[in-house]
This record gives sequence, structure tokens and C-alpha cells, in this order.
Amino acid sequence: MLPSLLAITARRLRVFPAALCAQTRLYAAAATERKKFYENVSISHGEGGFEINLDRRKLRTPQGKIFTAPSEALAVAVATEWDCQRDVIKFYTMHLTTLCNTALDNPTLRNKEQLITAALKFLETDTVCYRVEEPPGLVELQRNEWDPVIEWAEKRYNVVIGSSTSIQGPIIPTETKDVFSRHLASYNSWGLLGIEFIISQLKSLVLTMGLIDRHLPVEKAVLLSRLEEEYQIQRWGNVEWAHDYDLQELRSRTAAGTLFVHLCSESSTIKHKLLQD
Amino acid sequence: MAALGSPLRTFHGLLRELRYMNGVTRYRDTAAYKYIREQFRRNQVTEEKLCRAQQELHFQASTYLCLLHSVRNHDMLHQEYHAKGERSPEQVAGLVGLKLPKQPGGKGWE
Repeated sequence: MLPSLLAITARRLRVFPAALCAQTRLYAAAATERKKFYENVSISHGEGGFEINLDRRKLRTPQGKIFTAPSEALAVAVATEWDCQRDVIKFYTMHLTTLCNTALDNPTLRNKEQLITAALKFLETDTVCYRVEEPPGLVELQRNEWDPVIEWAEKRYNVVIGSSTSIQGPIIPTETKDVFSRHLASYNSWGLLGIEFIISQLKSLVLTMGLIDRHLPVEKAVLLSRLEEEYQIQRWGNVEWAHDYDLQELRSRTAAGTLFVHLCSESSTIKHKLLQD
Repeated sequence: MAALGSPLRTFHGLLRELRYMNGVTRYRDTAAYKYIREQFRRNQVTEEKLCRAQQELHFQASTYLCLLHSVRNHDMLHQEYHAKGERSPEQVAGLVGLKLPKQPGGKGWE
């Protein structure tokens, strides 16, 4: 019994890392830089939407599908990302291309329900609902900055969210989750992917909805998400290669996600307009 | 609705980012320039009216401006601090405003 078990373990150990390596290589390779291999970028109308042409070749996703964007604005923005690369293609600056690729390839094979569940999971530990009890300056800052956003969300969606200083976080009623779950279900899978991306950047569903509903500009939402860090920076000083670097990265990712959602779900934004007044 | 300032300011900001990306002579030929100009023109209103379509466009434009601006800044910081591999002890000391002490007689083991 024991030797056979050992054999199985050994086989697993040998097989699994190899498979994992192949998987990461596939995606990690795309994440670095590459020499620029084209001169002109153009947009053309294809069957599935707007396609991007690099010289005469069609842009493809990492899995080899032809790249298609659902709206002209998104296609222009993606084409601009490719067009403004100099001698090397810096993939880490091309957030919209990355988001489109993820939506087209769906490498993690998640469906709409799984995306909604993943998004709602953040509500239980939402950044703006977690409060500190000391130092007094930060307590006050959190109250003054975060309370209005929570109030806005409670009014806009007619739900109870609340905040807590307990380590377990606030208790979110089931009805609140149902309301958000129904609301998120009205977005298409591209829109949902974008929303989940922003939530995982800001660590907050409330702030993300503020962005999607155009209640908060990107800079403000990012500031609110990093409130404690900003407080510590004011107290202890700013370090450019850590704080500013993080800030700019978070801003660019959040802005890309927001733009992506708005450009992918024009029809669902029209629904909001009727609801708001 | 978020306060965003004047649309013209956002428009000028976008043009500035396009110039950074494409150069002063070439930026007017890009698809992005043509698209942005067209959208701003189409949504211009002369009356002081609450126009939701215009506000939505302005929100989108300022989001795009934020994207271009922060991507440029992030890449600049990346090139400056993170893209060159490991630093020498002298460079690390220089980063925090310090200098390594000089030893006049050599370090002894050279």
C-alpha cells in the first residue's frame, strides 16, 4: 500500500510542476516586452466587430483568435495602444488590449455566475466598510471620506450596507447581496469582466459601482481606495519608487477597467438613465 | 454625477497626451485624434442645459485622459526605478540621498 502511494505522489510531483510551468510560460511570455514588428496600425470592420490590423496582418489574441472589439471607441483605444509603442512593445502599458484579450479568450473559463460571485465576495470585506479605531486622525478621515460614498450607494440601490470596526467586518444583509447580484446580471460578460477587474484593483464593490455609475471620477475612487496609505504618506513622507509607482499603476488599471465597462455596455447604461431620475 | 471641470480642459489634456505619444507633427493623423475631435464636436451644446449624453461623454473622456496620463507616468517611473535590474551599492545609497564613505588608502583587500 505504502510504496504504491509513494509512487503516486512521486508521479504527481513530476507531472504537476511540468504542467504548471507550461501553463505559466504560455501567459508569462506575453507579459514582457517584445521588439516592434509592424509600422502602421489600422481598424477594419469584420464579422464579429471591429478588427485591428498591424500592417497587413490581423491582430490576434494569445490563444490565436482574431481580435475583435464590440465598439468603435474601444477599437480606436486599443489601436492607439499599439500605435504609440516605440521600438519595443510594452505589454504592461496596454491595459485595454489585455482586458479585451481576456474577454475574448476567457483563459480561466469562468461564466457569468462565477464572475458575479467573485465580485460579490468583495462586498463582505469591502475597503470602505472596514474602519479603524485609532489613530483619531485616520478615524475621522475615514468617516468624512467613506461615509458619503456608502450613503450614496445605499440610496442609489436602496440597500443597507453599513460599516464596522470589528475584524470580521460588517454583516451585509442577504437582500443587499441579492440586489447587487441582480444588478450585475444586467451587464454582458465583457462588462462583468471589467467590473470584476476594477473591484479586484480597488478591493471595493461600493467604490466600483460609484465609478460605473459615474458618481466618482477615477482619481477620487483611487484616492478613497488608498485612504490609509495616503494618510501614512502625509505623516511619514512619500517614496516615489514605491508610493507613486503604485498610485500610477492603480490609476491606470482602474481607468482602463472603467473605460472598458462603459465602452462595452452602452445598452445597459441607457437602462441606468431611466432608473436614476 | 462627479465634478469634472470644463470639457475644454479635458480635451486639451487629451491632445497633450496624444502629442506625447505620437510627436507634435504626427498626432493629428492618428485615428484617436480624429475620433476624439469628432465626439467632442458632436456633443457640443451652446445652451447651459443639463445634457446627460454630453456629461457621459465628458466622464468617458476624462477617464481616458486619466488612463493615458497614468500609463505614461507609470512607465516613466518603471524605466527610472525598476527596469534596469539590480543596482550597485553606490546607486542604492544615492537613492536615499546618502554617499558611501571614501577610504583614502584603499579598502585593504584590493
